[in-house]
Amino acid sequence: MGAATTTVPRAQPHHPDPNENYLKAERGIMSWLVTLDHKRIGIMYLISVILAFAVGGAFALGVRLELFSRGRTIMDADQYNRAFTLHGVVMVFLFIIPSIPAALGNFILPIQLGAKDVAFPRLNLMSYYIYVFGACFALYSMVNGAVDTGWTFYTPYSMRTASSVIPMVLGAFIMGFSSILTGVNFLVTVHKLRAPGQTWTKLPLFIWGLYSTSIIQVLATPVLAITLLLLCLERFLGLGIFDPKLGGDPVLFQHFFWFYSHPAVYIMIVPGMAVVNEIIATFTRRAIVGYMFVAMSSLALALLGFLVWGHHLFVSGMSEYATMVFSGLTFLVAIPSGVKVFNWVATLYKGSIRLESPMLYALSFIFLFTIGGLTGLFLGMLAIDVHLHDTYFVVAHFHYVMVGGTVMGFVGGLHYWWPKMTGKLYSEGMAKVAWFLVFIGFNVTFIAQFIMGSRGMPRRYYDYLPEFEIFHKVSTIGSWILGAGFLTMLAMFIISLKSGAKSTRNPWGSAALEWQTPTPPPLANFIKVPTITRGPYDYHLATEEELSEQ
Amino acid sequence: MSQAASHAESSAASHDESHAGGHDEHHGPPWLAHHFDTPAQQFDAAKLGMWAFLAQELLFFSGVFVAYGIFRSWYPEAFSTASHQLDRVMGAANTIVLLFSSWTAAMAVRSSQLGKKQQTTTLLLITIACAFIFLIVKYFEYQHKFHAGLLPGKYFGHPVDGGLFGAIPAGHGHTPHLAPKAHIFFSLYFVMTGIHALHVIVGIGVLFWIVKRNASGEFSKEFFTPVDLVALYWHLVDLIWIYLFPLLYLID
Repeated sequence: MGAATTTVPRAQPHHPDPNENYLKAERGIMSWLVTLDHKRIGIMYLISVILAFAVGGAFALGVRLELFSRGRTIMDADQYNRAFTLHGVVMVFLFIIPSIPAALGNFILPIQLGAKDVAFPRLNLMSYYIYVFGACFALYSMVNGAVDTGWTFYTPYSMRTASSVIPMVLGAFIMGFSSILTGVNFLVTVHKLRAPGQTWTKLPLFIWGLYSTSIIQVLATPVLAITLLLLCLERFLGLGIFDPKLGGDPVLFQHFFWFYSHPAVYIMIVPGMAVVNEIIATFTRRAIVGYMFVAMSSLALALLGFLVWGHHLFVSGMSEYATMVFSGLTFLVAIPSGVKVFNWVATLYKGSIRLESPMLYALSFIFLFTIGGLTGLFLGMLAIDVHLHDTYFVVAHFHYVMVGGTVMGFVGGLHYWWPKMTGKLYSEGMAKVAWFLVFIGFNVTFIAQFIMGSRGMPRRYYDYLPEFEIFHKVSTIGSWILGAGFLTMLAMFIISLKSGAKSTRNPWGSAALEWQTPTPPPLANFIKVPTITRGPYDYHLATEEELSEQ
Repeated sequence: MSQAASHAESSAASHDESHAGGHDEHHGPPWLAHHFDTPAQQFDAAKLGMWAFLAQELLFFSGVFVAYGIFRSWYPEAFSTASHQLDRVMGAANTIVLLFSSWTAAMAVRSSQLGKKQQTTTLLLITIACAFIFLIVKYFEYQHKFHAGLLPGKYFGHPVDGGLFGAIPAGHGHTPHLAPKAHIFFSLYFVMTGIHALHVIVGIGVLFWIVKRNASGEFSKEFFTPVDLVALYWHLVDLIWIYLFPLLYLID
């Protein structure tokens, strides 16, 4: 091939019509696999994370089924250890962390900025394939005997166990790179590719959320990477860094691990909050109250996330002064979280509320996240944490944050942007049935866990005392309702793809920028590069044409 | 290519018209990606992305630096005696080699900015040569440690004969008389310098790629971003070594 063609870094070699919608502009499976279009990459991520969610969900149902009755139900203790570990690893690393930023963010972020693409489209595609590559390692570990350490890979057990730790840890390490590169890409895109007139104070709050998330991804993930690498080397070479037998410190692993994994909690929740902002503004037809406070609270969460990792180690042997400092810092997280919740509630006040399915998920988010957040305060309190540490109370708390928060945000965002992504409408009735099942099922599953946790049922145990049986039964039945809800949702989306009605440009009547471009968006996102003259939630400034559903 | 500078000055005012026909229209020099409006915007984006990536690299290394700090405070004597086993002359030589290569990398950026293609190639090749010298010195250092049994963790005190890939003999060979826990120092030494060496190897690959692109005439006074970015990366590799050298070789 000639030098002239190899040296020209053109993103679209075949020059398809940029005004054709992105689904039709290019055809064939290869046009998807090598695409540089952020929208198609977003869709590929979406399919991948939904697959991961299904796998992680299947493990969850298996774990709950095993605990339905005392003693052996469907698996032995060893299989149980592997099942709950795989549930955690798959859900955290393959689903929750990439779900909103990489899937929804990839699709929506450049459109909300009025940009044609993310700053580095090839890096974006590479991030996707790195994610897939990491997932392959995780998959290899699963078929090769899986891991029984819990998703946290705590030393010294993870150095000793005969299970397949190294491929799983390498998988998480590789997926970390994907996360870092996506973060870098988004940071630069937000800084450099905003449309003319889009100042920082006119950025949609979804962008502020993803921007804060990207900072965490870039600054926290490398610490996990080196930690996992050290763990691998510890297994290979017996470094002695984490191995107490050789003079090392297993608690150092926990410090390193949570230095990433606590900020990672905000990689999970901040994008969920960001989605909720968009949905609430659209379905109340109001500007989010205290725009700047909400935007800055995302940044505050990102920064505080780095200072509170020690609250995971209250009972692991830290000096009491350190625990007090970490406890105090942990309480600070309540401030930006509270800012968000109060501003959402204030926005709802006197808003013209429409209870369509995305809004139901957004309201569920507020309700469930509030429970998750408030129970976090119990755990941040030193004396109470000693009692609740490693009980089902903790399990219920972080499921209220991760499922009640992130998953509700993700699913709500998926409902909200589904017409924009696919050009199809879904059955609102079926969506509401699915929402009802998910909401009820989730609460039944985890409220039972709060109660048994506060009564001392330890997490991760294969068997339990008779007095906990009723709670486990209720929790397991809840998990079936929850599973049925997600299956209904999946069926609804598949039906929508096959035979859904064609969506209009702006089915929700939103003032936000992504709804001003045709549905589905053209390859270049906008037929004409937009000039931004008003904020994304300025419903009083939006024109009739902008709000019209056509 | 000369129209690039004037394009860079074109402001957002002409923004809309230049895109009215869509992005397949040739709206700038060939190296300007379709989603950027001006070369300046593309350059700034690339540079910001690289700095964010380098920040990430620093945090990646921060983990081992923290581990170093903790274990040095726990086992000061082991670290002191073990550090004396390292060859300061070789370490110092490598420091100078890397500093020099960082300078040639910086000069390569300058010559690229001036459009001196041949000079850029020469300077980049010198940088690559320095990188190889660094790795060769490192090889001899590692080999010496392998023979002396100064190995990480559980292999400490088990000398390896027959080059880098020789088998580990069953019996204890010549075990160095060092303070207890010295194996942790060597664990950290091999992890830190090993990851750094990996960065040097990656750097060699990327530098060769840039040399090739430079030779094919891809860069000019207007477009030298990749040269700039690879030099930034190389400075980071240098910087990390500047921290590793005193921490590992010069402590007392």
